[in-house]
Amino acid sequence: MPAPLPDVRPGSAAADALPTPTRAALAELLHTMADDEFVSGFTDSEWTGIAPLLEEDVAISSISQDELGHARALYQLLADVLVDGRDEDALAYDREPDEYRHARLLDHPRGDWADTIARRFLYELADEARLASIGFGYRPLADLVEKLRREERYHRMHVRAWIERLAGGGPEPRQRLETALAAHGLDAPTVFTPLGGEAALLDAGILSRGMAGAEAAWRADLTTVLVPLGLALPPEAHPTADGRQGHSESFRWLWGEFTSVRRSEDGATW
Amino acid sequence: MVMAPERRGAPKAERPLAEQPAIDAALAPMGPVVDARAILAALDEVPDPEIPAVSIVELGMIAGIDVGSSGITVELLPTFVGCPALEVIRAAISTRLAEFGRPVRVDVSFATPWSSDRISPAGREKLRASGFAPPPSIRPGRELPMLESAPVACPYCGSNRTTLENVFGPTQCRSIRHCAECRQPFEAFKAI
Repeated sequence: MPAPLPDVRPGSAAADALPTPTRAALAELLHTMADDEFVSGFTDSEWTGIAPLLEEDVAISSISQDELGHARALYQLLADVLVDGRDEDALAYDREPDEYRHARLLDHPRGDWADTIARRFLYELADEARLASIGFGYRPLADLVEKLRREERYHRMHVRAWIERLAGGGPEPRQRLETALAAHGLDAPTVFTPLGGEAALLDAGILSRGMAGAEAAWRADLTTVLVPLGLALPPEAHPTADGRQGHSESFRWLWGEFTSVRRSEDGATW
Repeated sequence: MVMAPERRGAPKAERPLAEQPAIDAALAPMGPVVDARAILAALDEVPDPEIPAVSIVELGMIAGIDVGSSGITVELLPTFVGCPALEVIRAAISTRLAEFGRPVRVDVSFATPWSSDRISPAGREKLRASGFAPPPSIRPGRELPMLESAPVACPYCGSNRTTLENVFGPTQCRSIRHCAECRQPFEAFKAI
């Protein structure tokens, strides 16, 4: 067989065309998006084999697989922007725990099923609000986002059905859901933690609205689901700058799990 | 560049790939002329690893074929972003196209988002014949799939009395349904 043609990374030329501050801001945005998808996918993959129903074992495993796939695609874009010799595997697995930039909402153990549903619900709607804030200023990201949104709507359909099911499922399921929503509601706005380079991203059209605008859209979406069910909305506290820093012991444990293969076999790939 | 049908926003096939103009071979220094139609025919023999009854061409995964002086480039659209079969498909394409004697590159692309509307009529029929209900059509821009309201015919008995059991199935692209007529559970290709 003739030698294959060398790979062309779709992001490379587009990233080279960006001014340095915009490029750095784009890296920050991709870093947060990829880490959110990666950590949520890994956390919920912990349900594989032990979900409360066989159907849900299939569903949460498939959703986790989607999120990890989304993370991989976003890390590939990040690698094209950084050009520091790290590929998607190095970005996913070769960092220290404190270098991950996932939102505090996702920095929790999987908890019970109601806890997972509450966290996923708050995150899936926040993720959609963020994806809807991506403009056309960086074509490789805009193209990927269009594809991601087609898949994510299935996740929202799934988690919304579970919110309704638990809310109407009798005293104990409802109580567990309310407790979980109240606990995660405090951390949920951290998905919209301010980005240092947001102005540059808005100028370049990479973002069509800022994180504050995305947060407002998210709160409106939450209202349409939670209020008809008589469930409380998260408190109106906006995220502070440290919403993606200072990770928990549970994340350090998860990090040990998801890096174990890579650490035991140098250069192991996806 | 030979473009596949159903570019962004075009719900229906405009012109089959094979009928579009072949590439120029004037700049081909490496031997016999390579025709994009011959490459497409070869790719139509590459099965989907998870549903081998259909080819990657029938699934609408090939967005373009380019034969240049340096080699053959294939633009491949993943059905799902995290599809674990993607690397298997890339390798199968390179192996299948080796007979053309040119270097091959497979570009995974999101420039055209893959949609289940890209599955060809022949592909839909092969899915049905192997027990997978083909997906209902998704019009461009539609916010939610019609999964719960659109009738999905049972691939075994043809009845529309079927219900969605699980949006998620054994692979990312499949859902699980149940037929009330023949009482058979079956898989349906996700509308996406």
